[in-house]
Amino acid sequence: MNELIWIFISALLVNNFTLSLFLGLCPFLGVTQRLETAFRLGLANIFVMVITAIASYVLNTWVLIYAPYLRLISFIIVIASTVQFVEMAIKKLSPDLFKALGIFLPLITTNCAILGLALFSTNKGYGFMEGIVYALGAGGGVTLALVLLAGIREETKILNIPKIVEGTALNLIIAGIVSMAFMGFAGLFANAA
Amino acid sequence: MNTKLEIQDGAAAQEFIKGLWKENPVFVAVLGMCPALAVTNSGINGLAMGLATTFVLISSSVLVSLLRNAIPKQVRITAYIVIIATFVTVIDFLLAAFFPDIHKELGAFIALIVVNCLILGRQESFASKNSVGLAVMDAAGMSFGFTFALLCIGLIREVLGSGSIFGFGLFGEGFEPWIVMILPPGGFFALGFLLLGFNWYAQRKKAMA
Repeated sequence: MNELIWIFISALLVNNFTLSLFLGLCPFLGVTQRLETAFRLGLANIFVMVITAIASYVLNTWVLIYAPYLRLISFIIVIASTVQFVEMAIKKLSPDLFKALGIFLPLITTNCAILGLALFSTNKGYGFMEGIVYALGAGGGVTLALVLLAGIREETKILNIPKIVEGTALNLIIAGIVSMAFMGFAGLFANAA
Repeated sequence: MNTKLEIQDGAAAQEFIKGLWKENPVFVAVLGMCPALAVTNSGINGLAMGLATTFVLISSSVLVSLLRNAIPKQVRITAYIVIIATFVTVIDFLLAAFFPDIHKELGAFIALIVVNCLILGRQESFASKNSVGLAVMDAAGMSFGFTFALLCIGLIREVLGSGSIFGFGLFGEGFEPWIVMILPPGGFFALGFLLLGFNWYAQRKKAMA
């Protein structure tokens, strides 16, 4: 149980997917104009990540032991099509949830954070439960990063910013400062782990 | 003057040059950010990642361009991804076999070349519509531009963060390295301030004109 908590906290804060592994930067810089959108994108991310964790566990256990060189190709195809199927299922079963996640579901599938999750948890040799907890932590971390950046960006809109800093340069520097704050979590489990 | 050959030559050279500077994938289009920031904590890592991406981009552009009439429109994205993933698997195993140190250093980020939006973007917007020759020029220009950008970011971070260039010490004992530059925030800062510099230059040029 303890180990699961460590995996969760480590993926959420210490090795935050966006801020210290640079995964999923495209939506991080692209879709963080508004807090509300950023939050929903984060939720969709958690959702897809958990499905990915299950799919990659199944692939690793039953298929890829026979053909390890197919890992990358099978991951990307299986994950993309699984998410498509789940999307159709949700549309049918729970239109409310579908509306909440909206356009983000298909977009997220091609996000590097998703493939990164599958690859990292394979490299670390996580089992079923560990994989799911890792996915929850990683998704939570992405959501946290998205919401933090969106919150700061909403504030910067009412500020008087020099023209040359506007746009991507400003977002990257803000992201750098937030990432620096997250470096403070680095020693969190130094003696525990 | 306008012989057919000349036009083709000019076009090919143009496709090559635009990727290096005018449409530089990292500095101008801000594509492929994950690898550009994640592995560039030293010059050599940035260069290795750039060259691996170059191999994948050029090979898959050739294949996509050759198959451009054979791939049905509806499944084209899937087809591109399978082609890209194949070449990434190839480079992954090549690096593991010949350069195990670099392979260890870059880790899962080699596999993540698959989802580099730069590569898929070039297939969709260029290789699938042009002849093999032009596609190769475009891919080469884009990927050299990408490698150049990664090398820049990597060198800046290495010089400031460890006080060395390609592992050779620069400043001697008295230099206190800016550790933050080789940590993740340094990636954001290096690219952020580079973009800031380009913005400043562009605005100054406009003001002088």
